[in-house]
Order: sequence, then C-alpha cells, then structure tokens
Amino acid sequence: MICENWIRFILIQNRAGKTRLAKWYMQFDDDEKQKLIEEVHAVVTVRDAKHTNFVEVFICGLTCYTLFPLQFRNFKIIYRRYAGLYFCICVDVTDNNLAYLEAIHNFVEVLNEYFHNVCELDLVFNFYKVYTVVDEMFLAGEIRETSQTKVLKQLLMLQSLE
Amino acid sequence: MSDVVEKTLSALPGLFDSQTGAARITSRLRQLVKSITELTSKHEEESLIKQELSSMKEQVSSPNTSMKQMREIMVRAMYCEMLGYDASFTYIHAIKLAQQGGVLEKRVGYLAVSLFLNEGHELLLLLVNTVLKDLQSTNVIEAYMALTVVAQVFPKDMIPAVLPLLEDKLSEIIRRKAVLALYKFYLIAPNQVQHIHAKFRKALCDRDPGVMTSSLHIYLQLITESPDDYKDLTGSFVTILKQVVDGKLPVDFNYHNVPAPWLQIQLLRILSLLGKEDRSTSELMYEVLDESLRRAEMNHNITYAILYECVKAIYTIHPKAELLEKAARCIGNFVLSPKINLRYLGLKALTYVVQHDAKLALQHQMTIIECLDHTDFTIKRETLELLFRITNAQNVTVIVEKMLDFLHVYEQCTTSYKMNVRCYVPMITLTFAPDNSWFIQTMNDVFSTGGDLLQQDVPNNFLRLLAEGKREEDDQLRLYAVNSYLTVLNGDASHLPQRFLQVMSWVCTTTHTHTHTHTHTQNKNSAMRLIQILVRDLKKSYLLNISVRLYSNFKYHFSSSTLILEGVKRVWGRDGYLRQNETTAPPVDEPSAAVQPSGQQEAAERLEPQPEPSTQNQDKLQLASSLFVGLGAGSSMSLLGKSEAPPPRFRKKPRPHESSSSSSSGTSERSSDSSSRSSHSTTDSFLYGSLLEEEPATSISAFSHTPKSSTANGLAQNKDTKEDRRANTSQILGGDMVIVRPNTFQDKHPSLVSSDLTALLPADLKDLPHSDVISLTSDPSLSLSSCRLFRDEALLLVILISNCTETVIKDVAVQLTCEELEVWNVMNCLEGNSTSVCHYALLMDEPHTNVSFTGTVSYQTQPGHTNTLSFSGTLSAADFIRPLVVSTEEYGKLWLSLSHDVKQNLKLLTDASDPLRTTLNALKDALQLHVVDIIGSEGIVACRLLSGAPCLLHCRVNGAALAMWLRSPHPALPDCILYHCQRALAQH
Repeated sequence: MICENWIRFILIQNRAGKTRLAKWYMQFDDDEKQKLIEEVHAVVTVRDAKHTNFVEVFICGLTCYTLFPLQFRNFKIIYRRYAGLYFCICVDVTDNNLAYLEAIHNFVEVLNEYFHNVCELDLVFNFYKVYTVVDEMFLAGEIRETSQTKVLKQLLMLQSLE
Repeated sequence: MSDVVEKTLSALPGLFDSQTGAARITSRLRQLVKSITELTSKHEEESLIKQELSSMKEQVSSPNTSMKQMREIMVRAMYCEMLGYDASFTYIHAIKLAQQGGVLEKRVGYLAVSLFLNEGHELLLLLVNTVLKDLQSTNVIEAYMALTVVAQVFPKDMIPAVLPLLEDKLSEIIRRKAVLALYKFYLIAPNQVQHIHAKFRKALCDRDPGVMTSSLHIYLQLITESPDDYKDLTGSFVTILKQVVDGKLPVDFNYHNVPAPWLQIQLLRILSLLGKEDRSTSELMYEVLDESLRRAEMNHNITYAILYECVKAIYTIHPKAELLEKAARCIGNFVLSPKINLRYLGLKALTYVVQHDAKLALQHQMTIIECLDHTDFTIKRETLELLFRITNAQNVTVIVEKMLDFLHVYEQCTTSYKMNVRCYVPMITLTFAPDNSWFIQTMNDVFSTGGDLLQQDVPNNFLRLLAEGKREEDDQLRLYAVNSYLTVLNGDASHLPQRFLQVMSWVCTTTHTHTHTHTHTQNKNSAMRLIQILVRDLKKSYLLNISVRLYSNFKYHFSSSTLILEGVKRVWGRDGYLRQNETTAPPVDEPSAAVQPSGQQEAAERLEPQPEPSTQNQDKLQLASSLFVGLGAGSSMSLLGKSEAPPPRFRKKPRPHESSSSSSSGTSERSSDSSSRSSHSTTDSFLYGSLLEEEPATSISAFSHTPKSSTANGLAQNKDTKEDRRANTSQILGGDMVIVRPNTFQDKHPSLVSSDLTALLPADLKDLPHSDVISLTSDPSLSLSSCRLFRDEALLLVILISNCTETVIKDVAVQLTCEELEVWNVMNCLEGNSTSVCHYALLMDEPHTNVSFTGTVSYQTQPGHTNTLSFSGTLSAADFIRPLVVSTEEYGKLWLSLSHDVKQNLKLLTDASDPLRTTLNALKDALQLHVVDIIGSEGIVACRLLSGAPCLLHCRVNGAALAMWLRSPHPALPDCILYHCQRALAQH
C-alpha cells in the first residue's frame, strides 16, 4: 500500500490562464500537461467567493491507468486566489484540504518576503527563482519545510552565489 | 491577500529600472518574457516561441557560446517548456551545465534537469557522476544542490552508487535534505534502503526538529505499509506530538501562532494508523488527542486543518466515548460554520463518520438539505456522497430520486462527478430496492441516461443479479425486465446508449436460457420477441452482429458472461451488494455501545438550529423526514433527533466501493465545449477498453463495426493495437499474410464441434501448443472460428472458415485488421461443407493488456451477389508471453540490470498444501511462465514478450498474500503481466 498523501502538481496561473509556474511531481507527457493546465483553468476560474476552495477532478495520468484503465483515481485541486493569480495544488482526494490551503498561503507569504511585496510580474520575470522556492518548501511532492525563517535563510544562502 | 498588489503592465518600465540585485534577470530573457506578455493570441505566441527556439538551437550548437550564455539560454528554455513548448534539444546542455559549470551554472543546470527530465529519462545516467562528485564536494551549497536533484529525479538503478554518500550526509548540516532524499529512494526502491532503518530511527530523535519532521515522511509510508512493525514507536510519536502541542518547538516553526501545524497533522495521521483496531495502542494516545482537540481552539484555517485530522484519528482508532463525543461536537461546529470551506469539511467528516455512527447525520439534516441545493458542485457532490452512505430500505426512493434529478439536470455537462452518481444509484438500488418494478425502472433510467459512461461493474452486477435467481420470483423479475425493455424499444430506440442495448440483449439470453420454471414460457416468448425487435429495428448497426450471435452462440455466450461476473464478485466483494433477497431487509439495528453516550443527544439539540415553521421550511422538513427516515430508531423518528431508542450503529466495515469509485469532481459547468467533449471521449475509450478485456471472443459489440459498404479504409479503428504483423515465410506463405489452400484442408464432416476443427490445422502446426477453438461469428452460409497457436517467436492466429451449406461458395476473401495493416486474401471457392484455414503471424512490440482485431469475410453464394460477414476478437498479452529459460544465476544478473519495476500483492492459492508452488504452477499454466527456482517461501519466475523484452517475477509468500515484484526493461510489461496474473488467479 502506498501512502497517497503527496502533491501531484503545483500550478500558478493568472486569470487569463497563462501559466506562471508549473511543477509536476507525477509523470505526465506534454499533451497531458497542457490538457491539465487548461482544465484546471476552466474549473477554477468559474468559481466565485461563495464556493469552496476545492474542486475534485478526474485525472488520467500515465502512471495511474496502465493497470486498471477503468478504475478512477481521484484528485482534488486546492486553490487560492491572490489578486489575479490562482495558486493551485493537486493532491489525492483523501488528503487534508485545509492543510494544503494553508501551505499555499505559507508559500505566498514566503514569496512576499523574498520578493519584498510580491506581484505577478515578480513571478513572471523570476520564474526560475520561484522554482527554487518551491523546491525549498515542497520537495518530491511533500510539504518539506514550513518554517518561513528557515526557508528564507536557505534562499538567501543560494542567492549569495549571484 | 491585500499585501500582494497586482501591478499592471503599465508598471513594466519602472520595474525594469528597479531590477537590481536579487531581482536581476538577463536581458534576453527579459525581452522574451516581455514580448510574450504583450502578445494577445495563442498563434502569435507560437510563432514567437518557434523563432526563439530556433535561435536558441543555433546558439547551443555554436562552439563560441560561453557557460554564462548557456546559463541564460537554459533559463529561456525552461520558460518555453513551462509554457508547453518542446525544448528537448537543450536537455543535454542542461546536464553539461550541471557537469562543467561553476556553482551558479550548476544551480541552473540542476534546476533545468529537475524540470525537464523525469525519473526514467536515459540522459539522467550522464548526471550520476556529477551528482556523486558534488555530494562529496566540500562546498555545502554544491552538495545541497546535488541532494535537491537526487530527491526529485534519480535513476533507480544508480541508487546503490549514491546511497553510501547519502548516509554520510545524515550526520551533516544538510541532513534534513538527505533524509528526504532517502525517503524518495525508499519510495522507488524500498529494498535497497532496508538496511538503514536504524538511521531513520536516529533521524526521528534528531535534535533538529526539521530533520525529525523529514523522517516522519518515511515513517508515515512505512507505517501505512505495515503498522504492526512500528507499534513500539507509538510512545515516541505521542511524546513528540505532546511537545509540539505544548509549544516546545522553536518559534520558527510556528505558523500564525500555531506550533508546527503540518507536523501535527503528520503525527496525527501516523497515530491513527497505529491505533487502528488496536485497543492498547489507542489507549496510549487518548490523552494527547484530547489535548490536541483542546488546544486547537483558535479561529484559523490551520487549526481547523488540525482539528479535522484529529477527528478523523479519533474515529479511526479504538473508540473512546468521551473523545467521540468531543469529536462529534467538533464536526457539528464544522457543519454549522458560515465559512463554506469548513462546512464542506464538516460534510466530509460526516461522510467518514456516518459509517460508524449514522445518527450524527441526523443531527445535521437541515444543513445537509440546504447543502443539497448549494450552487457549488463540490458541496453538492459531497452531500450526495453522504446521502449515499445513509441510504437504507426506507429512504432509498427519495435519495435515488435526488440523484436521478441531478443526472437529468446536469446532462449537458460531462463531468466525472456524474459518473459517480451513476455508480451510486445502481449500487443502492441493487441493495435496497423496495420492489421489482421500481428496481427495473430505476435501472432503465440509469442505463438510458448515461449508460455508456457507466463502469463495467454496474451492468455486470445487474446481470448477475438477474441471472442468478432460481426461484419463481426471479423469473418474474426477469419477465418484468424483458417486458419493460419491450416498452422502451417501442418508443424511439435510436438514442439509447449502446450499453443499454447490450444489457437488453444479455438479459434476453439469460432469460431465455435461465427460465427455470417451465410454466413460464411467457418469459421465453418475451425474450424472443425482444431479440426480434433488436434485430428488426437496429439492423443497420453493429447490433446485427449481436443478434446473430445471440442466435448462434446462446450457450457459449452465457457461460462467458458468468465468468466475467465471477471476477466482478471478487472485486466488489460486498455481500449486501450481491445478495439479491435483501431488498426488504431492515437496517441492522444494534444497541449502540460506548459510541453513543446519552450526553450526545443534548449536544445534538444544542447544535441543531430550530427550524422556523414557515412554508418554505415545510418542504424541507418533509424532505428531511423522508431522507433521514430509518436512521433513528424505527421509522417514526423525530426531526430533531430526539429518538428514544438507540440509533443503529452501522457496520464498521467500510464500503469497498469507497476506494474504487469515490470518484469525483464538482466541476462546474464547463465554459468550453471542446474540453468537455474530449473528456467524454476519453471516458468512452476506457469503457471500451474494459469491455474488450472482460469478454474475450464473444464480446458483443465492444467495437463498432464499420458499415459493410466501406470495406477498404474504414477498418483501421483500433488505435490501441500496436500489433505488428510480420511474415515468416516458412510458415506463412505470401509475406504479410495468410496461406489459403482452399482445397487442401477439406473436411467432410459438416459438424462444427471445436474438437473437429483442431484437426483441421495444418500438419506442421498441429504439435504446437494451442488454445481452444473459439467461434467468432457465423451466418447461414459461413461459420468462422479462430484458434491461437503459440509459436516461440510469434503468435499464430488461425482463422477457420467453414461452409455450412451444401453449395459451393465462391470468391471467399478474408481481411484481417490490426491497427492500419490490412490485407485481402482472395479464395476461389469453398465447397459445400468444407473448411478452409487462414493463418497470421502476430507480434506484439509494445505490451498491451489486450488488443483487438477485426476483420471481414466477403464471399459470393451466387455470382454477382457478394455477402460480407465481419468478425472481431481479442488477444490478450498472455498470448504473447513465452517462458524465459534461465538459471538462477542468470536470473540474478538480469534482475539487477532491469530498470522498471512494479510491486503488488496477489491472491495466494491457500487451499493446497504448498500454496506457493500451487500458485506459481497456476500462473505458469495460465501464462506460460518459466519457474526458475523455489526456495522456501520465495520463488523466482521468468518470462519474455515473444522473443523481446524479458520480465522477471520475484514472488514471496506474505501472510495470506503473494507479494509479487516484477522487473523488466520495458515500462509497461510488468503491469501487463501483473494484470494477467491477477486474472489468472482470480479465475483459478
């Protein structure tokens, strides 16, 4: 039995559906990735403030369907909107929604510190740094480091190289 | 969040001026990103990126490009890949950058590698030495970066090389990351990390809480696999949780003043796994769970996250009345919260909890009814899921009605959610149906609204139920079904889903063959009438095929469908589901034990909002009373849950359905039509796939046959079939296809019994191992059968064409299609009552669990009068598997060299004295495997895909199961073999 509590992918999109960051922890081929990106956008943008921050979806990835094509493996997108950006995390349907909802917020708070008042353009032009932040906080699909001070210290250490 | 200010594009120039220090970016990248941001159409973006990529291609291949430039190119390549464009030509340069560059280049190189390549990518092998070097580097940053990449993508075969270095890192400053990398290794290759379990324990006790946190990931996984082995650690986990809850961790770990919330959640998960069904272990954690509940009182999402996990833990471990009461109150707070997220979690918790304690749902019935009408799909979905779990014989009609309403209202949007409803309805219908007519009508409704999207289990179980009964009432049920189909078909039958028509035809056959009381000739008559209607009305389509087979293959057909159903029984394994006489059984009433303290009743009253007696509410109240009937004591329960008698305590056993199809998606109506359409078709193809798997040879209409007129190019339908047909001239004359020697193999016996047909095989093939002869199709003149012969290097598919008439049939042509290959074969004539043989050599290059072939035979009974007969069939991967004869030593060598592996527990045939040997022999017989060696409780087995890729199987007896570990150089082969092993064992 494999523990299912891990992140399948992290997506940051803007309202128009432009990808600002995409980190995949599960194997998808390029077409599947694009399909997922579009699907997540379609699903998330139509929701309003009265709705929950969770959407359950059905994903047919390479890894899950080779053996039993008919069994539905379910995932949910946990998303949070900051200004024009949607931060989405995809996890197993049994996982703890609020834990990830807050993990997103924690991540955004770190970005805010790191970029000194972060805005969408910071993410656009420094997307490769955002990837580093992601790797600091989520590694191999797990919530790895949640202490903001520790993450920022580590990031500054890497920053010092430049 | 207010402090994230959305800056508009007009701020761009100013932003660039301020780009200094930390935010510095290279000019080319800035230019690229800027111009892409300014574009409006997807088309412009495509052409711009194309340009960019070709200029990058030029640059990377130029010898003058410096490392620094390369780094900049790599960042642009990452950007293009992120937007979904292929920049694979840069992959090798990413590796070079990591290999040769300075620290800065290395960082970009490693980052690019972790984004571009996935675990199986062959280029990763080039990175191994660099990683090894960097791990040993005295520069902590280099080692740190190497660890980051190791934890994300690393070739499995190279783990042994890097493992010792990683273990060394466990004592260094970066050990937290090392622990996580080890965790990743454990996930992909558990056996290789086995020896360092002691070090995991050390990490758990590390003075750095970060390291301890990382080690919990490993423990969660280990304990999920085998909780019994780690019971001794319960005390440690409890202590850690206690310390965290008490705020003993450094303030660094606080998040919004809550001490290390994610760590708490992780610990609660571990504890619930340890305490599950274990009283003494559970007792160790009661206190700390209580403490967690008490401490998490702040009004913040993250505390609710902890509470949710805590409630789940309390309901998972051995129950304690006092804690359950608190947890129930906590769920109440969730459900009644004005925040929609919390309310959703409340419903989710209820769904989880009602299995143990159905009365909780009763307390919140008004909220639940409100949620049923919520605009958010997610909420609605969860509510229906909850209703599904509280369904009983009394409220089933109302709940099913709600679900069917949902199906009808949302017919336009294809979401997987509907799939879910489609599964629920039949499930509860089968279990709780009050009477025959309601049952059949509901099932007809389900089949006709979305039959083709149903999971295979649904029709299977339905048919099983119809087929099994041997009593008078069961005959009546069948009669009712058949008559209702007659009514359905009297209307407009053109829109009916294919699946529904299949069900109808299946029901006909079973009704026809299975009418036990002979007085019921009425049954038989109705069945025959139904068949006639099916044939008459739907002549033009594939149904003709069904009907023809219905006539000709009655017997075989039925036996094959029972076979399928046997398999289904195993998958579902839910007694209530399969029992057919339970329709009126009342829910199990047991006096509630510690689970239901009387104090809870008061709590319930406190929490329940007093409904205003307005007219609007009146409807809701009425709905509530019909929905929640039977949950309390008897049917006369009061709305406010003041029932006197103890409520029923539902069986603790979770519904098996939960794992397989607690499926999903509260996706709102899609704006784009195309996406919904595409997801629709995916689903369809899955369904077809399964159909093919489940019923070899007689599959009714798993693939739609092309109309008879479009013969030449209409046949390339089976996109899945990656089957290659190659000529083996010695066996198969005329290259690509077929020997036809019409006059050579004539048989003077007109009878078409299988055993006779095997005798028709060419002499040189007779000695090969072969399958039974399976009838493919027939019409009044011709009858087609097939037989599979297992040659070492290929599968021979032999098609036997028999002329059933006395007259000569001329110009017989056979065409067989797998993928787009198609070959015609013209025969001159086929004399009366004779049989001719065509055979094909088939190779499978890519493993597929099942592949299908289709074909047509055309012939002339009279000159100028061409008839066609189409046929189809399925071949399973098992047909293409051959034993691989190796010695134990060779096996060992091969094992280490193979990269893709899969593990799974299989059924062990325990009835024999030597279960392992019996099981392996059963597999060997079914799949032509070679059993290399059996030592004690372990066995090794080898096979290959024809003369291609090998697959090694390592089997170990693990309790009552057979732990099977497969390895192969081909990624899909182990899965494929595993699938067939499961099937073989299930059918044994």
